[in-house]
Amino acid sequence: MLNVTGLDAWYGKSQVLRGVSLQVGRGEIVALLGRNGAGRSTTLKAVMGSVTREGSVRFDGQEMIARRPHEIARAGIGYVAEDRSIFPDLTTRQNLILGEKPGPGGKFTLDDAHALFPRLAERADAPAGALSGGEQQMLAICRTLLGNPSLMLVDEPTEGLAPMMVERVRELLLAIAAKGVTILLVEQKLAIALTIAARLYVMGHGHMVFEGTPAELAADTRTRRDWLEV
Amino acid sequence: MEQGLLVVLNGLVYGLLLFMLSSGLTLIVGMMGVLNLAHASFYMLGAYLAYSISTVVGFWPALVLAPLAVGVIGALVERYGLRPVHRHGHVAELLFTFGLAFVIGEIVPLIWGRLPVPYRVPAVLDVPLFALAGTAYPAYRLFMMLISLAMFCALFAALAKTRLGLVVRAALTHPDMVAMLGHDVPRVFTLVFGAGCALAGLAGVIAGNAFTTEPGMARSLGAIVFAVVVMGGLGSLSGALVASLLIGLVQTVSIGLDLPFYKALSALGITVDVGGRLHDLWLLSVNRAAPVVPYLLLVLVLATRPRGLLGSRSA
Repeated sequence: MLNVTGLDAWYGKSQVLRGVSLQVGRGEIVALLGRNGAGRSTTLKAVMGSVTREGSVRFDGQEMIARRPHEIARAGIGYVAEDRSIFPDLTTRQNLILGEKPGPGGKFTLDDAHALFPRLAERADAPAGALSGGEQQMLAICRTLLGNPSLMLVDEPTEGLAPMMVERVRELLLAIAAKGVTILLVEQKLAIALTIAARLYVMGHGHMVFEGTPAELAADTRTRRDWLEV
Repeated sequence: MEQGLLVVLNGLVYGLLLFMLSSGLTLIVGMMGVLNLAHASFYMLGAYLAYSISTVVGFWPALVLAPLAVGVIGALVERYGLRPVHRHGHVAELLFTFGLAFVIGEIVPLIWGRLPVPYRVPAVLDVPLFALAGTAYPAYRLFMMLISLAMFCALFAALAKTRLGLVVRAALTHPDMVAMLGHDVPRVFTLVFGAGCALAGLAGVIAGNAFTTEPGMARSLGAIVFAVVVMGGLGSLSGALVASLLIGLVQTVSIGLDLPFYKALSALGITVDVGGRLHDLWLLSVNRAAPVVPYLLLVLVLATRPRGLLGSRSA
């Protein structure tokens, strides 16, 4: 469903991605691993069109490279930012409403979000900036989900969360995948990536250095030593 | 006492007028990161267009048509002028608006001439409302205040209650994320820029006939509007409101004070040594220093609160 080939990306004049290629099939959970600065977050941003990029990003057979971020979002790719990008001055409910796209309502609604994570209903009228880190993460994921994406790019959802919250996020991702939404996940915690992803990519210095199943990565001590373990 | 009330009323009218100009500008700065140096030029355009339209169909249609026209011009300027420049960075954008201010400043006298145009208050409102301290208070001043307040309520309601308003407020802090949720942020920029210009135009329409409509009117107000926006905090509407009223009141009061500084200060309980080194300063009358007052206030605010009164980002 997502087919990235030869993707280059820049921040200003410095090139961050060099010929990145990756494929995500319909219904898969694919994890993108690597150390800080390897280019994982930039890969997600480049798919969304929010950084300068070249190459090819095909989604459901359509070329996205020349499209702008809102057009890519409307085509069905959802994005959850690493910093969560909560709108702090708006209420929790208003944040969620902004996730809805114009046009006829989709299958995932505000009520579904509240059912998945009741805390969002309890704090509906509180400014989103007042939520805890874990609640903000749930809000960010649910907000993107309200746009009914068929593919979700999720950047480091468990970063800085307490172990219990990490487990909630993991369950939420599995629940989303169970509804048929494809997920491309950037994750630092190997334990999470290995248990929920069907396939893994490892990045280093702006390009792909490994592609395979969790079992293959577990067996490949060299890749883990060179590109993952600190 | 009555004298004081008169000054406060005038200060309020002036402050609300400043807010009408600064509300649009602060939204534009907050969302797009561009200080639109041509903002006051749209205020001038509003006054001149209202004058021209009112000579044909009268003041009331002009009150609606002129701001709309200015808004459309503003939206076109953003779409076909500012947007192509955007990818070259903020300096290019700033230079663009700087140049635009000059272009509008030269086109206006080309069309309407260098002398003030006879843009007048409509006869219905050109009557005294009541007398204060022996001065007749014009009904038009009240009308200006009502229009400003109505605009103010409409703006706040639009931002608080409508979906577009939510998008605008979210884009004030996270424009990239808003786009990645599927909202056409560049189009929202165009709308906000156009709406901000329309507000500036409306201010021109109701102020042009109360004061004078002449080619220097943009320059005289422009700098004060920037002071308001920076003082209130970039992107903060409520900050702009507080700063507008503050500057409006303080400036009106200081224009009205025809007595030397040392006397004004002693009325506040501060005694100064008139014979000291600052002798000339203390004997200067307050109203002669009035044009500097907004900027002194700005410096004072920024020295104590670098982000402005209610701003969340540093100026």
